[in-house]
Amino acid sequence: MEEGSGDLGRELEEMREYYVTGTTRQESWRRAQLKGLLRFVKENEDPIMDALGRDLGKHPAEAYRDEIGSSIKSLNYALDHLKAWMSSKKAKLPKIAILTKAEIISEPLGLVLVISSWNFPFGLSLEPLIGALSAGNAVVLKPSEISPICSSLLATRLINYVDAKAVKIVQGGPTIGEQLLRYRWDKIFFTGNAQIGRLVMAAASRELTPVTLELGGKCPAVFDRISSSFERKVAVQRVLGAKFSACAGQACIGIDYILTEKSLGATLVDTMKSMMEKLFGKNPKESRSIARIVNRNHFLRLKNLLDDPVVKATIVHGGSMDEHNLFIEPTILMNPPLESAIMTDEIFGPILPIITLQNIEDSINFINARPKPLAIYIFSKNSSLKRRMVKETSSGSVIFNDALIQYLVDTLPFGGVGESGIGQYHGKFSFDAFSHPKAVARRSFLVDLWFRFPPWNDHKLQLFRSAYEYDYLGIVLTVLGLNKPRGASSKV
Amino acid sequence: MGSDATAIFDAEAAQTMMKELRAVYGSGATKSYDWRVSQLSQLLKLIEYHEDDIAAALRSDLSKPDIESYVYEIGVLKSSIKLALKELRKWMSPEKVKTSLISFPSSAKIVPEPLGIVLIISAWNYPFLLSLDPLVGAIAAGNAAVLKPSEISPVSSALIAKLVREYMDSSTIRVVEGAVAETSVLLEQKWDKICYTGNAVVGRIVMAAAAKHLTPVLLELGGKCPAVVDLNINLQVACRRIIMGKWGSNNGQTCVSPDYIITTKANAPKLIDALKTELEKFYGKNMLESNDLSRIVNSNHFARLIKLLDEDKVSGKVVYGGKRDESILKIMPTILLDVPRNSLIMKEEIFGPLLPILTVDRLEDSFNIINSGTKPLAAYLFTNDKRFREHFVTEVSAGGLVVNDTTIHLGVLTLPFGGVGDSGMGSYHGKFSFDAFSHKKAVLYRGFVADADIRYPPYTRKKLRLLQALLGGSFLTIILALFGRN
Repeated sequence: MEEGSGDLGRELEEMREYYVTGTTRQESWRRAQLKGLLRFVKENEDPIMDALGRDLGKHPAEAYRDEIGSSIKSLNYALDHLKAWMSSKKAKLPKIAILTKAEIISEPLGLVLVISSWNFPFGLSLEPLIGALSAGNAVVLKPSEISPICSSLLATRLINYVDAKAVKIVQGGPTIGEQLLRYRWDKIFFTGNAQIGRLVMAAASRELTPVTLELGGKCPAVFDRISSSFERKVAVQRVLGAKFSACAGQACIGIDYILTEKSLGATLVDTMKSMMEKLFGKNPKESRSIARIVNRNHFLRLKNLLDDPVVKATIVHGGSMDEHNLFIEPTILMNPPLESAIMTDEIFGPILPIITLQNIEDSINFINARPKPLAIYIFSKNSSLKRRMVKETSSGSVIFNDALIQYLVDTLPFGGVGESGIGQYHGKFSFDAFSHPKAVARRSFLVDLWFRFPPWNDHKLQLFRSAYEYDYLGIVLTVLGLNKPRGASSKV
Repeated sequence: MGSDATAIFDAEAAQTMMKELRAVYGSGATKSYDWRVSQLSQLLKLIEYHEDDIAAALRSDLSKPDIESYVYEIGVLKSSIKLALKELRKWMSPEKVKTSLISFPSSAKIVPEPLGIVLIISAWNYPFLLSLDPLVGAIAAGNAAVLKPSEISPVSSALIAKLVREYMDSSTIRVVEGAVAETSVLLEQKWDKICYTGNAVVGRIVMAAAAKHLTPVLLELGGKCPAVVDLNINLQVACRRIIMGKWGSNNGQTCVSPDYIITTKANAPKLIDALKTELEKFYGKNMLESNDLSRIVNSNHFARLIKLLDEDKVSGKVVYGGKRDESILKIMPTILLDVPRNSLIMKEEIFGPLLPILTVDRLEDSFNIINSGTKPLAAYLFTNDKRFREHFVTEVSAGGLVVNDTTIHLGVLTLPFGGVGDSGMGSYHGKFSFDAFSHKKAVLYRGFVADADIRYPPYTRKKLRLLQALLGGSFLTIILALFGRN
C-alpha cells in the first residue's frame, strides 16, 4: 500500500464503501476470512519462524508456542464459536411489558484500525484481526516497523489469504502511525506502551472513536514459601521460563520482578541458578533458547538500567552483555534500590530483580503502592494469602502458580486496568471488542396502557406508581376505582 | 461532612478531595457487600422521602409536569435501585469459566472488582436520573464517586448536593456543583472511570482529558433520532407513541426523542392530520398554556430553537404550530413538512418541540437518509411489514432500535442503553451499569503437578513437534506425538 496521504485517504474511502455493501457482515464472509488466516499460518510456518528468528532471534519452538500455535488455537476457537457469537441474545422482560420482544444484536462497528507491537508481531496482529473479522468489520492493520521482516511478511503474504477489499496492511513507523490516526475510525485497537497509548486515545477522542489499549506495566511475581523441594523447583522453572524464555523478557505479561520473604531469598537464588543451567546451559550465549534484544535502542536502554553502579552491585547472577549480537545474559539482581530506574520503569528485558520483604503479606501493600499491572503472579500454597491477593490487589489478571499461560485461555478476558490498559480481548471478548451491542425492542400496535397519555391527573399518577412497582394488584384496584390515589403536592 | 457549598472548588480543593477519597477507597470501605447495600438503601430512602421536593425542583428548573418527573426520574430510579439491591449478590459473585487441555490442570474464574474513584457528569434535562442512575451502578460495583450535576438545572443541582450530603456516606460519595471552571478542574484529576451524559462537543473534551490518565469513559451523547412511519399501520396508536416520545418527554428535550420523521409522500397528509388530532386531545387547543408540557429550559436554548424555526428556507414549511412565547419560554408543538436537507434544523440535534417530517417516494429511501448522517442514539420504525421491519433492524445502526414505539427501551433494564459512533460509547442500565463501573479480572489457578517439559528450554525439534500437536492438533495427534510417532 502506498504511503502518500492522498492515496491513503482514497483507499480508506473505498474500504468504507465496500463495508457499506454489507459483504463483511455475512457469516460466510467472516468464516472465509478466518479460514484464510488459518491457512496463512499453517502454510507459512517456516517463513514465520524464519522471520521471527531474524527479527528477534526466537527459536522455532518458542515461535510456535507463543505465536503460531496460539494463533491456530484461537482461529479454531473462533471458527467453532462464530455462529453462537453472531446470534442475537434475547433479553428478559418484566411482566408489565406485555407484547414486547427485546433482544441484543451484535453488529460490526465499521472500519477499524489495529496497531500491533514488535515483540509478538504475528500473535499480536492475528489475535485482534480474529476479533475484527469475526465481528464483520473492515480492518487496517499496522504492524510494528521494529520487527521489519515479520511486518513485511504480513504485508506481502497474509493479504493473499483474505479479502483485500476489506483488509489492508500498512507498513511504516511513527510517521505512518500518526497519519493513520488522523483519519476517522470506528474503533482503534492498540498494543504497545502507555505513552503512545495516551496519544492514540487523545487522537481517538477527536472522532469519538472507542479504543482498546493493551499496554504494559511491571508485572510482579510473589514467591511464597513452598516446602516441597519438587514443587519449589517446578515453581522456579515456571518463573524462569516466564521471565527469560518468552522473547527474553520483552513481553507485556512477562514477570518484571519478584517479591519474596527475606528468609527465602538465598534459597530462591540458589534454586534459580541451578535451574538456569538446566534451561540455558553453561553458556547461555550459545543456547539457541534465548531471544535477542530487538534493537540497539532497547539494548542501550537495558544496559543503562544495569550500568547504574548501585544496581550493578546487586547482580547475583549473569550480567554479561554483547552489544554486537544484541545479547544480554539472563541476569538476577538481589534488592536493587526501589528508586532506581530498574524498579520504576517497565524492564522489558532479561533482567530479574528480586525484592525481599519482611513478610510475604507485605507484597500486597507493595503492589498497591504502584500502578495496576497487566498481571500479578503468585506462587503459593497458602489459601488465605491467595484469597487476600485476589481481594486486595487490582490487576488485569491474577495467576496462581504459573505465568503467561493466561494468554492461551480463550475463556478468560485478556486486558489491563488503570495504567495497564482499557478493554479486553481473546475468545468471545475479541468479538465483543469489535462489536456494537444494539438493543432492539419490538411492540405491536395492540394494547397501550391508557394512562400512558396526557392530560395528566392524580389517578394516572397512581397507576404509574403501581406500574413501576410491578404492583399488578394495585393497578387493578386503581383502575376499578378502589384505590385512593396518593395526591401530588401541587395540582396540575 | 461534605465541602462547604460556598467555597470555591479550585485545583487545590480538587486535589484535596481526591486524596481524601483515595485514602478511604484504599482502606477497602466501599468493597464490602454491606457498604454497597447500605448506600443503595440510603439512595432509595433519599428518593422516596423527597419525591415531592424532586418534583418541585424539576418544576422550577424545567416546568416539568409531575407525571413526567414521577415516570422518567423517580420511578425509573426506584426500579433501578431495587433491581440492584435484589441482584447485587449475583452480580458480585465470580463467574467460573471452563478451561481446556492447554492449561490442564487448572481452574479459572472472572472476578468483578471496582475501578476506584469515578466521576459522573450529568445533563440538565433529567438531572436526578442522569446523575443518580449511574451512581447506582458505581455504588453497586463498589466504587467511590463524585457527581457533577448540570448548572443549567440549578435548583435540581442544589437539591442533589443537599440530599446526597444528608443521606449518603460523604467520605466516599460527593457532589461538586458548578459550571465550566469546576468541570475543567475535575477533568484534570486522575479518575478510574468517567461517565458523561451530554453533547458530543463536550464528550470529545471529556475523552481527551481522560486520555491523559488512560481513564476509561462511558459517553452517553445524542444525535438525530429518526422515526420512520410506514403505511397500513394503526396511525392513531403510532402518533400517540410518537407524541409521548417527543413532546411528552421534556417537550422534545430528550436524547432519545424522535428528532424527525421520514414517511412516504402519500402518507404525509394522513400522518400530519393524525398528529394534530392527538396533540389537541392531549394538550388542548391552547398549548402554550398547557401544564402538561415542559418549557424550554432557558433563553439560550429558546433562542437556538427559534433560530432553527425562523431560518428563511424553513419558516414557510410549518404545517402546524409555530406559536411561541418568550416570556414563559414556551414553544408550542410544531410540525414542519419537507424542510431542505441542508437546513440548520436538519443538521443539528433539535432537542426541542419542533418535528420536521421528510417525505420520500419509497420508504426504503429512508435508510440512505439515516445512514448518511452520524449514528443516532436511537432509531424508530412504525410498520406492520415484516420484511421491511427485518431489513430496518439489520441495516440501521443506532444505539438502540424500537419497532412500533419510541423511547420505551430505556425502561427495559435487561437491555443495554448506550450509543455508537457519535452518539456515544459504552452502555448502562441494569447489570450493564454494574459492568460499566467494574473491572472483570481474570483469575487462573494452577497446581504444581503435570508440567510438560515441552514448554521450556532447551528447545528441541521433538518439543516443537509436541507443541504443534498440543496447540494445533487433535487429541490423536497429541497421543501420537507423545509416543514419538509424528
